[in-house]
Parts: sequence; C-alpha cells; structure tokens
Amino acid sequence: MSTRATTRSILRVVEHHAFVYRRTWRGTIFSTFLNPVLYLAALGVGLGAFVDQSNPAGIAGVPYATFLAPGILAATAMNNATGESTYPVMAGIRWLKTYVAMVFSPLDPRHVATGQLLWTGARVTVGALVFLAVMVVFGATDVPHALLMLPVAVLTGLAFAAPIQAFSAAQTNDAPFATLFRFVIMPMFIFSGTFFPISQLPDLLQVVAFATPLWHGVNLARGLALGTLDPAMALIDAAYLSVFVVVGLWWSFRTFSARLAE
Amino acid sequence: MSSPAPTPLIHARGLTKRFGTFTAVDAVDFDVQPGEAFGFLGPNGAGKTSTMRMIGCVSPVTEGTLQVLGRDVATEGSEIRRRLGVVPQADTLDMELTVRENLVIYGRYFDLSYPECRRRTDELLDFVQLTEKADSQVEPLSGGMKRRLTIARSLINEPEMVLLDEPTTGLDPQARHMVWERLYKLKSEGVTLILTTHYMDEAEQLCDRLVVMDHAQIVAEGSPRSLIEEHSSREVLELRFESLRTPDLEGQGRGLIERAEQLPDRVLLYTRDGEALSEALHADGLRPVSQLVRRSSLEDVFLHLTGRRLIE
Repeated sequence: MSTRATTRSILRVVEHHAFVYRRTWRGTIFSTFLNPVLYLAALGVGLGAFVDQSNPAGIAGVPYATFLAPGILAATAMNNATGESTYPVMAGIRWLKTYVAMVFSPLDPRHVATGQLLWTGARVTVGALVFLAVMVVFGATDVPHALLMLPVAVLTGLAFAAPIQAFSAAQTNDAPFATLFRFVIMPMFIFSGTFFPISQLPDLLQVVAFATPLWHGVNLARGLALGTLDPAMALIDAAYLSVFVVVGLWWSFRTFSARLAE
Repeated sequence: MSSPAPTPLIHARGLTKRFGTFTAVDAVDFDVQPGEAFGFLGPNGAGKTSTMRMIGCVSPVTEGTLQVLGRDVATEGSEIRRRLGVVPQADTLDMELTVRENLVIYGRYFDLSYPECRRRTDELLDFVQLTEKADSQVEPLSGGMKRRLTIARSLINEPEMVLLDEPTTGLDPQARHMVWERLYKLKSEGVTLILTTHYMDEAEQLCDRLVVMDHAQIVAEGSPRSLIEEHSSREVLELRFESLRTPDLEGQGRGLIERAEQLPDRVLLYTRDGEALSEALHADGLRPVSQLVRRSSLEDVFLHLTGRRLIE
C-alpha cells in the first residue's frame, strides 16, 4: 500500500470515531472537562489556601494552585487517554465488533490501531485545550505558555494510550481494566508529582516515580508553566514519552492483528 | 479434457489453516465460478468459517494456494476486500449509530464520497426493505432486520462477490425466507454468493453447487441434486416404533431397502420406492407407530458420508 493510501485508510478510522462521537459526546463531558476543573478548584483553591498559609514562600516559589495546575493537566491527559483506550477498544473488538467490521473492508488492523491512537490524541487535545483555558482564567498561566503546554499534554496522553490500547486488545474481558485503574493509573495519579514534588517521597519511591511516564509529562508541563525547564531534562522527558508511544503502537499492531485477523 | 471455463473467482489448492497444533482446514481444493451460488455445508467446527475468513482476507493462509478475484490473498488482501461484501456470522453493527448511519460510514471505508454513500444507502435500505427504519437505532431491530441491515452494508461497495457466514442462523422461519428471497435477487443480478450453512434446506434452496465439509476436509462436492443422487437413494421411509428398540429388518422389505440408518428416535430406510417398501413391510406384519415417505435430502447425504447428523 502506498503511503497515501495508508494515510487515507487511517483517517477513515478516525472519521468513524468522530462520526460515533457526534452521538456520544454528552456522556463524556463530566470525565473529560469537569473532573479536572473540580480537582483544580478543590485542591488548588481549597487545600491551596492552607498550603500557602504554612508556606508563604510557595512551592517552587509559586502559589500552590499555580504549582498544581500543570500537574493536573498532565494527569488529565493520562486519564482521558486511558479511558479512551480501554473500554472502547474492548467494545470495538469484542462487544460491538465494529473494528471486526472495519477489517472486512480495505482497512486492516494496523489502520484500526493507528486510527484509534490518533482519535485518542484528538480527544486528549480537546480535553487539554479546555483545561488550559480554565488555567488561563484562573491566572495559573498565560496564553503563550498554555499553547506550549498543549503538545506536552498530547504527548503524555499518547504515551499512555499506545501501550494501553495494545493491552486492551489482548484482553478477553474487561476485568483487567479495574486492576489497571486501581494499581497503575490511580497510584501514578497520586504519586507521580501531580500534587507535590516527588522529592517529598522516600528515596526508593522517588526512583519508581521517576520511572513513570506521568512524572515526565508533569515535569515538562510544570517546567514550561513555571519557566523552570531544564532543556537537557526536557529532552529526556520527551524522548522517554516518545518511546512509550512508539513501542506501544508497535505492540498494538501485534495485538490488534492477533484479534482481528487470525 | 475440460471445456474452457472462465477464470474462477476463487481458486484454492491444498488450502490449509492451522491454529497452533489444531488444524481447522486441512488441504482443501475448490474453485468457484463467476455468478455461482457456492456453499460450504457442514456441522459446527467443520472448518467452514475458517475457510470463509481466508477467502475474505482476514485470516492468513497457513499453507496452500488461494486466489480470490484472480489475486493472491497473501499480498493483495486490501485490494481484494475492496471488491468483496462480507456478512459475518455475528452482527458487527454500530449500536451507537442509526440504521442509515451504519451504511453511510461503512461506505466511507471504501473511499466513497458522502453524497455517493447516501445515494447507495437509500437504494440499499429499499432493497432490504428497511427504508422506514432508516432513522431508527439499531439496538431495537429484530434479529432478521439486523441481518438484512448487515446484508445491505455488505453491498455498499457494489461487490462482485458476497461472503455470507451462516446467514440465517438464529432467525425465525419468516425472517429466514425474507433473507433467502433477497439473496435470490442478488444472485439473479449476477452477484456471486459464497455461503456457509449447517442447514440443509438453506443449502438446497440457495446453492448451485456446494461442498460438504467435515473434520476440516471436503468429503463431497456437487450440486444439491447430484449429491443426493450420488450419495443417497431416491426416497426415504422414516419409521417410528412404540418401543425405542427397532425390530430386526433383516430379510424384510423384499430387497427394497438399499440402506438403513438407526437414529435415537426412528429408523431411516433408504429406498427407490417408499410406498412399495411400506406396503411390503406391512405385509410382513411390521406395525410402526408412525411412518413418513419423503425425498432424500442433503441431510441424508451428510448422514451417509459422515455417519452423523448436521445438527446434533
């Protein structure tokens, strides 16, 4: 297949997702848009008042809400990406079998996997844009910085989406998703620097937190928001996240093919 | 010497599919000619669906040759699928979309423009008699309507050949006849139909030619008529007796019994002339509770070839 035909086929898959989303978007408003804002309001403003009182110098030199917001941005990208890469993939392959129907047409499992990933990227982008707008309104950042943080949020989301969609395609039922949320996503959300610097953690856990993709996403977003970015470290962060995207997509080629064309 | 035939739409030689150590399809040979309605008849697990999936280029061939529409499935799967219609065994409809939207978005996979998708959708909904359901959700449709919608969807790219895997399994008799009638219509328009079924009546109704599959292999091939002539008698006398034990029929029937099959609830006597055999047995003092004379069917062919029934 030519590159052009491949691109067109991948876009057909994205088109399908967008077509369906016209019908289902209402159900995603809360998780995609409201949840992160609630976190920012409750923790940034509510809890933040206490934190700032006992820490007049601020965390990393800024008020808590300002520190927190880029963390929530990255964590939201993770959550939206994970949501879009678990149950919908199981539905496409096993429940509704809409992906099974796709591979009867000229589309093949790689197009389905790549299109799925791009669609998740689009969902993460919209979620991040809304949250960044809220950050600007809250005064947690300004528009130029917000625009710089957007690709970071998208890259963070894709770093989760790619391996998780590969994992989801390999499952025979949805029970492992609860385990994934409980033992992987939730601990990362809490301990990977979203709410406090990982330097607060015991040494061993710091190493673990450093190994999570979320920390690298948070570090990039926060570095951009606060203007504290270390270029060398930023390069490592971006490269680390990119490895998750590339390896995850390769893995999903394998699992999507095994499920859809065996 | 065979007379020059048109290039077959499907050409399979030594076609084999293995999953690990399990052999689902074991070195089968067959050809399908343009315009034919060709069937795979066999019980569940005979290898019919695996064969269909290889023809549909969604399952790689383990061994052997398979050409579909004159192309090699291994290297030109996408181009072949562009010209095929597929009706899978399980519904794969988009429950979140309406009936109409299901067809429109499927047309997009074949790179049709939206106006073209909509035009064909209207035509196809009319063809499968679902026009009044066009804006309905898919979920509340009956099984027969969903199957007709799936058939309509498989036609959105105006395929030269349609693959139907168990097209009427799970449908009530009325819905089955409606599906059959649409398939006749397609056939009369020159579309090649390939179908799998474990219903012998479906195979008899729809297929010009069929292969009987059992344990991953093809055990017989021919038209329904020729298979019956070759592998069964003209008529069958079915007898039920009061006790489940069948009386010894040895030496009875005055040579009219060609073959007998004992089933759990009845005995089948294969014969040229059912009425004559019935009279002969009566004259010999045999008193069944009930009896029935019928023509031989593909079910009898299958029973004879494999010693088992199609639907256990």
